[in-house]
Amino acid sequence: MSATVGTGWEVVIGLEVHAQLLTRSKMFCGCPAAFGAAPNSRTCPVCQGMPGVLPVVNRRAIELAIRTALAFDCRVNEACRFARKHYYYPDMPKNFQISQYEEPLAEEGVLEIDAEGASRPIGIQRLHLEEDVGKLVHEGTLETARASLVDYNRSGVPLMETVSKPDLRSPEEAAAYLKSFRAVLVYLGVCDGNMEEGSLRCDANVSLRPRGATELGTKVEIKNLNSFRNVQHALEFEVTRQRRALEAGERVAQETRLWDADRALTRSMRSKEFAHDYRYFPEPDLVPLTIARAWVEEIRAGLPELPRRRRQRFVAQHGLPPYDAEVLTQSRALADYFEAAVREFPQPKTVSNWVMSELLRVLPADDERAIQGAPITPARLGGLLALIEDGTISGKIAKDVFEKMFRTGDDARAIVAREGLTQVADEGALAAIVDQVMARNPKAIEDYKKGKTAAAKALVGQVMKATGGKANPGIVNRLLEEKLSKT
Amino acid sequence: MTGLTIHELGAAYRRGETTPTQVVAAYLARIERLDARVGAYLTVTREAALRAAAAADARHRAGTPLGPLDGVPLAVKDVLCTRGVRTTCGSKILERFVPPYDATAVERLAAAGAVLLGKTNMDEFAMGSSTEHSAFRPTKNPWDLARVPGGSSGGSAAAVAGDLAAGAFGTDTGGSVRQPAAFCGVVGLKPTYGRVSRYGLVAFASSLDQIGPLGQDVRDAALLLGAVAGHDPRDATSVDAPVPDYAAALDGGVRGLRVGVPREYFIEGMDPEVGRAVREAVETLRGLGATVEDVSLPTTDYGIAVYYVIAPAEASSNLARYDGVKYGLRVGGAKDLIEMSSRTRAAGFGAEVKRRIMLGTYALSAGYHDAYYGRAQKVRTLVRRDFARAFERVDLLVGPTTPNVAFRLGEKEDPLAMYLNDVFTVPTSLAGLPAVSVRCGFSAAGLPIGLQLIGRAFDEPTILRAAHAYERATSWLARRPSLA
Amino acid sequence: MISRDDVVQVARLARLELSEAELERMRRQLDGILAYIDQLKALDVAGVEPTSHAVPLTNVMREDEAAPCWPQEEMLANAPDRAGELFRVPRIIED
Ligand SMILES: [Zn+2]
Repeated sequence: MSATVGTGWEVVIGLEVHAQLLTRSKMFCGCPAAFGAAPNSRTCPVCQGMPGVLPVVNRRAIELAIRTALAFDCRVNEACRFARKHYYYPDMPKNFQISQYEEPLAEEGVLEIDAEGASRPIGIQRLHLEEDVGKLVHEGTLETARASLVDYNRSGVPLMETVSKPDLRSPEEAAAYLKSFRAVLVYLGVCDGNMEEGSLRCDANVSLRPRGATELGTKVEIKNLNSFRNVQHALEFEVTRQRRALEAGERVAQETRLWDADRALTRSMRSKEFAHDYRYFPEPDLVPLTIARAWVEEIRAGLPELPRRRRQRFVAQHGLPPYDAEVLTQSRALADYFEAAVREFPQPKTVSNWVMSELLRVLPADDERAIQGAPITPARLGGLLALIEDGTISGKIAKDVFEKMFRTGDDARAIVAREGLTQVADEGALAAIVDQVMARNPKAIEDYKKGKTAAAKALVGQVMKATGGKANPGIVNRLLEEKLSKT
Repeated sequence: MTGLTIHELGAAYRRGETTPTQVVAAYLARIERLDARVGAYLTVTREAALRAAAAADARHRAGTPLGPLDGVPLAVKDVLCTRGVRTTCGSKILERFVPPYDATAVERLAAAGAVLLGKTNMDEFAMGSSTEHSAFRPTKNPWDLARVPGGSSGGSAAAVAGDLAAGAFGTDTGGSVRQPAAFCGVVGLKPTYGRVSRYGLVAFASSLDQIGPLGQDVRDAALLLGAVAGHDPRDATSVDAPVPDYAAALDGGVRGLRVGVPREYFIEGMDPEVGRAVREAVETLRGLGATVEDVSLPTTDYGIAVYYVIAPAEASSNLARYDGVKYGLRVGGAKDLIEMSSRTRAAGFGAEVKRRIMLGTYALSAGYHDAYYGRAQKVRTLVRRDFARAFERVDLLVGPTTPNVAFRLGEKEDPLAMYLNDVFTVPTSLAGLPAVSVRCGFSAAGLPIGLQLIGRAFDEPTILRAAHAYERATSWLARRPSLA
Repeated sequence: MISRDDVVQVARLARLELSEAELERMRRQLDGILAYIDQLKALDVAGVEPTSHAVPLTNVMREDEAAPCWPQEEMLANAPDRAGELFRVPRIIED
């Protein structure tokens, strides 16, 4: 399974994840931060880096970053400041990026990941804020293009960079880290987690060292890992590439490589282009921030329960099997849905079964918006389950009702009434049907008497068929048992 | 009709003796007649000025002027962005740049009813002390057309001195308002850092730049400052503190004020005429009732060295955006982006700007960052401490604005010799303090000499009050350059 | 002393094309200025806090409110070269 198994090498991976924050406006100006609009239609002199403009910090971006830092148990630095990071690239209008360097917003945190069935803490080195760059469109590919085109709409969108410690030991762990990371961010409501649209982007540092060694090997940076699959595939490719090189006695060059998803390989970026000297210095246009403890505590008090803790609580408080708890906490919307339904119908395992088997059959677990807008609200699911509980409908009928509820958005009671699906629980009427069925099936009665208990099931089926599935199975069973024992 | 001070103009408008349109037209005519010789303007906004004047006429007729600047013709340095009016910063690289927005100061002047006559010449990107580093043409000193007006706000100072505008604005990073004010014999004020919004001021060195007024007398400077000072949410370094009525604070004299005279501001190699005039000015203040004491600012000598690390470092960053991609000049025919940007910058920037970009890039680069930029920032702290100590004992400091009077065009070819001209103005900029330069005499050759008054942070009222008392006690303002 | 190679490297970082003559002149001038700046080394700055802002302000922030954007055409008007709604630049990879 892992690219490292059976080798004498240990894989060392650290991830840098960039997440666009869910603010209304950009990091340093009032332009909307939302994705998607005609090119260069969401800019202003500030985010286009015109002469004379000045940045002003978006308070909400700081707040969202602190929120994230607290979720990772980071130390939120009391003094933090912005710095200019210099390099030339046409998607960056000022040819410097306002970022953080010596005094980042937060440091020293931890993210628990699940690796091979066990939980493992991965260190977080630092978390800081910066501004996103614009988008380049190449006329052809980057290599062959005669010209490139620039759209500055994305320029200045708040970007939170989180750097892990080199604690990850396999491509699978790296993918698991990214998954947990994304889940936490989405849970916190700080990022929409959409990797296709680039709301969440990932770079990796990979090196190999002989097992048991304490010094790190030569580190290669891999860029452009924009999906979970890419992270794992790119790292597997890179680990194999480095292992082969090392085993052939070659040296691994310290460089930046780009993951080419189409060709499924990493390739070296021209080193000249990335030989940077960033010349950081404190951003003179922005004053330092002093993060008040009271503000941090206020943000901490507003933190939602994180996936990991919620999963544990679902087991402890609702008595769910760990498997159920894990499925139900895949997204905040789903976990909220489950708990809301349990408030309506306080039988957690029953609710869990219905959510997992029925709701997730029609809606993806991690589609927050779809689950929040599900036509079957938690209250309606509770109502449906109550109808089963009080014997109005059978579980089998309930599944049909569920589908109709999903299609029409009606509540269960209305559908049951409209379609006459109420269970037949009238003993007199059912007794008459049972008698008719028994009269038509003497063979089954003979078999039953010979000890073939399965014959009774066939008779129940006949009764259900005769009632169009509406007979109360409990009553039918009891009546049949009584009558069979009397014959 | 030209040559009245702003407060005199205001009175004339109120009494109906003249109208903004008449005055603006007179200034435009004078510019047309004389500016070819002075070179104060890069752009004259004739049509817009006449339109704004007509609107001011109507307000004055209705008896509802917007304030003391309503209908007053002003010039602003071409480093302040003006919506729809090209803003060149004296550079080829921005020769055709037309900002889609107004600087906050420009916006506030318009809101006060001021009439913009045009944009004034300057050393490219405000880097220089003579206005010879303009990419377009040098500006001449109205007192002697063979001499420089100082810089970098030389166009604004020459416009005021030559009666080509009633008042003007410049920017001061290391002395760029005060030094040309001294050379041209006008009043030039650098406000406390954070007092005037920098939004729309094309940055040279962000931690030092301030917009400042140039006026014919102290009262004009106070009126001009009052129109642009105050908090701006678009500038995070602008301070949210109330703006005093600077003009109302002018009276009251200097009796009881403690005036400090920094020992280090009288140096060897300084023009003796300047030293003498400044010492006489100190005696005048003493005669008016101020107490005078010697103070020491021991790090004065290091100011230039600190400044020539920090300002170029910030400049190298601020000027990185001029790469031929989004606006301004682009040199064609390059085979790739790097070549295009490198050639555009080579063709678009002048020698002084290139020198400072190189110096700043070097001072920030790996291996040199701590030795230059890091150390300069620490010495900057020492400079600030010097002033803080001095202001424990005195209310203001008084000394020369520059060591010399205006020099001849082409006289200072060595960059370092030019830099040393800022020795008395740079420390105040490093400390972010307010300072004003006023005329305090003339050299034997008839060139004005500048007296610098330095105040505590946000204490512009005190230095203006002292400058005003000095101005009223002397008659230096009676003399005017003759251009005609 | 600043070397010619240093000047070449700094010019590359600063994206400035310098002719041979300019390179040498620049080297000489920078050398003179740096020698002057080197007097800072005489000062003892141990334990001195650096100053990066002249005015001691902290925590200046704005509320997260989206303002209307600027007209697209105004933001593109100064472009030296464009393709419709986009800024256009020569090929990015060096030949
Ligand atoms: Zn914007």
